[in-house]
Amino acid sequence: MKIFQQSFKFLALVLLVVLPTSIFAKDTKNDGGQVNTKEEVEAYILHHIQDSHDFSLFSYTNDEGERVHVGFPLPVILWTSEGLVTFMSSEFHHNDDGSVIVEKDGLKFAKIHSKIYELDKGASEVKFDEDHHATNAHRVLDFSITKSVVGILVIGLLMLFWFSKLARQYKKKQIPTGFGRVLEPLVLYVRDEIARPNIGEKHYRRFTGYLLTVFFFIWILNLAGLTPLGFNVTGQLAVTACLAIFTLIIYTASGNKDYWMHILWMPGVPVLIRPVLAVIELAGALLIKPFSLLVRLFANISAGHIVVMSLIAIMFTLKKELTPIGATGLSLVLSFFITLIEVLVAFLQAYIFTMLSALFIGMAVEEHEHH
Amino acid sequence: MDKLLNDFSPGLFVVSTILLLALIALMVKFAWKPILNSLNEREEGIQSALDAAENAKKEMENLQADNQKLLQEARLERETMLKEARGLKAKIIADAEEEAQAQASKMIAQAQAAIDSEKKAAMAELKSHVAGLSIDIAEKVVGKELSNKGSQEKLVEEMLGEATLN
Repeated sequence: MKIFQQSFKFLALVLLVVLPTSIFAKDTKNDGGQVNTKEEVEAYILHHIQDSHDFSLFSYTNDEGERVHVGFPLPVILWTSEGLVTFMSSEFHHNDDGSVIVEKDGLKFAKIHSKIYELDKGASEVKFDEDHHATNAHRVLDFSITKSVVGILVIGLLMLFWFSKLARQYKKKQIPTGFGRVLEPLVLYVRDEIARPNIGEKHYRRFTGYLLTVFFFIWILNLAGLTPLGFNVTGQLAVTACLAIFTLIIYTASGNKDYWMHILWMPGVPVLIRPVLAVIELAGALLIKPFSLLVRLFANISAGHIVVMSLIAIMFTLKKELTPIGATGLSLVLSFFITLIEVLVAFLQAYIFTMLSALFIGMAVEEHEHH
Repeated sequence: MDKLLNDFSPGLFVVSTILLLALIALMVKFAWKPILNSLNEREEGIQSALDAAENAKKEMENLQADNQKLLQEARLERETMLKEARGLKAKIIADAEEEAQAQASKMIAQAQAAIDSEKKAAMAELKSHVAGLSIDIAEKVVGKELSNKGSQEKLVEEMLGEATLN
């Protein structure tokens, strides 16, 4: 993916100046690192939308035919059968198919499709069955500081920095200046357009903090995912599941008597139907609602990444049919407009997630008029 | 589904839960609480300022209405005062006229009485005077009667002339 490398270069150069810890890791496997066929494109895209154990900015093949990866290694923290094991991700040498074995504390580890496996006792290399499942290795609990965790940390710190600065501004003046002036209407938007109308005037204050955090967290991470840094945090099931479960816990914990009455013993319907309705309502409240939240965000963001990258890949896959210039032009035009749409989707998904969370909370704390 | 489950990383789930909990707690404490409080304060400030302006406007209107009322009252008072004064004037004039009339009629009556008494006095004096004259004439007539009849008549004429001159 030469075009990726090109676009990464500028940003990488900037980061290289700022962050002296970045390293140039050399990978001796010589396949040129080029992604030309449909299968390779597919594999590349699938690899990209997964979480990664190192923060690679770009890679290229140097004159000696060595693959050079530019980026930072990240710490790998594993809970294995023998307890905690930590090492740097650079020890895998950017290998992702399980052929590089890392030995640590008497245990052997391999990385296969961005997942770290612990080899069974006595095994020296990973064996695969026909479905490409490892037969002599098992997954370990992986608490590594992965690329997504770095993304969460960076965006979290950024949010803390921006908004605490805004908070401090209010101590001195009524109207914020500078970047705070951009942030204030967004805060007001979430409060007045999402929290207040959906939860209601009486209770919205309690939940606004959570909704604001979630909204900005998702939105900024979605936008970060569109940069060449290639974060895909909101496209990780674990992260969206975590967000959805927070919402679930909040609206389940704050549900009032009316809410539970309507779930477990629906008033106004024949008694015989009530248990049936209770099952449906319980499934809706405890499973379907959070599941819809987590899948919607995950699917939209992942799909966005896949579509943008597939459109960029047009310049390789349709090179024969459209000539290189035609394929590049088509790819540029399409990916440009899809990226614009993705910017909108980034906001939209943050809005929908926050909106639905507020709606669910609002349903739980709503005070019904008794007829 | 199998692939999705395989992609789900429990480790990342735990890490992101911890990080998100920390982020929410920190954001609420250091950002959202002060920001939302300040925003509420500001909005309340704006609201109270608007209310105050509205109140001031109402007060102003009330004042104006009061002024109008006072003016109206003053005008009414002036009118009643003028009316009263006019009435008073008419009454005074009428009273004066009446009094003058009464005075005049009293004076006329007095004058008449005086005239009457004068007239009576004059009549009485005239009577006594005429009586005296008559006696005088009679004396003189009686004195000269024998001497001259002609001169007697002449004398009576003279006496009468004298009497009228008196």
